[in-house]
Amino acid sequence: MLLKTVFVRLLTTAITLFGVAVVVFTLVRVAPGNPISMMLPPGATEEDIAALTALYGFDKSLPHQFMIWIGGVIQGDFGTSITLRQPVDELVLGRLPATLELSLMALLIALALGGLVAVIGARKRSTGTEVGLDLTSGAVLSIPDFLWGLIFVLLFGVLWPVLSISGRVDPRLDIDFTTNFYFFEGLLRGRWDVVSSTFSHMLMPAMSLALPLAAMIAQLLKQNLKEVLNQDYTTLARVRGFSETSVILREALQNAALPTLALVGVQFTFLIGGTVIVERLFAYEGLGNMAIDAVINRDLPLIQGIVLLFAALFTVINLLVDLSYTFLNPRLRNG
Amino acid sequence: MVDATYSPRPMRFKIRNLRLWLPLLWIVTLIIAAVFAPIFAPHDPLAQDLMLERLPPFFIDGSEPGHLLGTDSLGRDVLSRMIYGARIALFVSVIAAFSTGIFGSTLGLIAGYYGGWWDRVISRLVDIWMAFPPVLFAVLLVAVIGTGLTSVIFAIALIDWTRFARVIRAETMVQAQMDYVDSARIGGARRMATLLSEILPNVLPSIIALLALEMGIAVIVEAILSFVNLSISSDDPTWGSMISEGRGAIHFAWWVLLFPLIALFLTVLSFSTLGEGLKKQFDPVLK
Repeated sequence: MLLKTVFVRLLTTAITLFGVAVVVFTLVRVAPGNPISMMLPPGATEEDIAALTALYGFDKSLPHQFMIWIGGVIQGDFGTSITLRQPVDELVLGRLPATLELSLMALLIALALGGLVAVIGARKRSTGTEVGLDLTSGAVLSIPDFLWGLIFVLLFGVLWPVLSISGRVDPRLDIDFTTNFYFFEGLLRGRWDVVSSTFSHMLMPAMSLALPLAAMIAQLLKQNLKEVLNQDYTTLARVRGFSETSVILREALQNAALPTLALVGVQFTFLIGGTVIVERLFAYEGLGNMAIDAVINRDLPLIQGIVLLFAALFTVINLLVDLSYTFLNPRLRNG
Repeated sequence: MVDATYSPRPMRFKIRNLRLWLPLLWIVTLIIAAVFAPIFAPHDPLAQDLMLERLPPFFIDGSEPGHLLGTDSLGRDVLSRMIYGARIALFVSVIAAFSTGIFGSTLGLIAGYYGGWWDRVISRLVDIWMAFPPVLFAVLLVAVIGTGLTSVIFAIALIDWTRFARVIRAETMVQAQMDYVDSARIGGARRMATLLSEILPNVLPSIIALLALEMGIAVIVEAILSFVNLSISSDDPTWGSMISEGRGAIHFAWWVLLFPLIALFLTVLSFSTLGEGLKKQFDPVLK
């Protein structure tokens, strides 16, 4: 039964990704502005234009172009960027680590902050503290990452300039790493200069992405904690002499966490979607920033590659969340 | 629950009302500012004066009495641009939210009520749409259909319809199981008539609550597109283009960023609080 669930979900994931490929391909082809004429210097001859058009395959019919592109993608060939003149997969995979590090950092902050607020709220339930925390998290939740980013730029860029407001790492640092995971590889190699520089560049964008999710986690986890805290086994723990805080941390938290995690998985994909504008705002050299440049420059192969990568990331995360939830929750295993 | 309805504790009662009245107060202020912009704005929002560039706001030394909130790098009055910006913000939020709501709710009603292939196709489309990063999708769409306010509105509707479709589809499915739907059908009503006159009124509260939320989102999307220079031309007074300019000049004239940011913040918070409040107001379980 579990196997069938996995198979059906894999199949729908594949269909979704194919749909994304069709939509993005159609969109970039109907976009006005000829990318070829933007590449050539003014005064290029008709032959030059025709030759370059043929080189990128733009002279073929749309379905034919689509087949060529999809055929390449399946073999791992995403085409060549028009503006940067490098293979799309190299460019995209070169930027992916920056976006992943940022997203994971944001997720960690959101889990820690949201978890802390939820535990405090559950500990202080039915008091003014809980009402205050509820109101605050409600307000924090409704402000999107873009606005948090701007607020942080003003606070820590101007009012109290302790953090860098643009870039990913201090450009003066000499980084000869094997991967582009500057933060993680820096940790492993013990290059603390790189670690602290990436961290201070990452903190503000990560906080901007994390705050709405933290507020959501705080609300939901507190709700679940309060439900669990009314059940017999927590009463038993109290009778056995555990303090309220240790009842929450030792007994209630693990049971309240499961339904929260299911939501966090889906929200994590929204968080990754948010990196596009937040990276732009902080001039952080990740995928999203590259994507906006690609759209402005009409770099069709690059746009297609980045959108497809994001879509793959989203659907795979959703798939993993669904499967792990099915796996962790015995009641759903036959569903 | 029943007790709370009849004798609400005074504290809760107040907070609940403030949650509706404070957002409404801000939105009404915006509407008045937008409608009477030529009266309230002390200057022409487009008038440049290079002699008066980057004047600070009134509470900082070196300000000019005529420019309460200072001027930007081209000497344009920040307050006047914000007041005119309210026009564009409100226009986009209302038109975009209604277009999105009508489009998405229609698809949600059809998928939820007719089921079968309708539901399969629409749900698959929702899945595909949700696999796009929304900001990138918006940037791409506006690049395809051209910049300008109409494109921004069109892009919002074309991207965010899934928010309505998902919620309304689920609610329609619940309503379609109810006895009153069966009795309408037995009474001889046709399917389309049942959908419009029986089910639609029952999902309308959710649509209205979502509309309020969507208005807040639309203002943000316009600001984001202005920020990447894809909304209307950067001369026009939108909060987004002011923010974009302020981000660039942050070390010389931070007030160009601060004041439109406050306006945007309050507007988004108001619409979303209003949406949440309406949802609770309509929902008998949460009430």
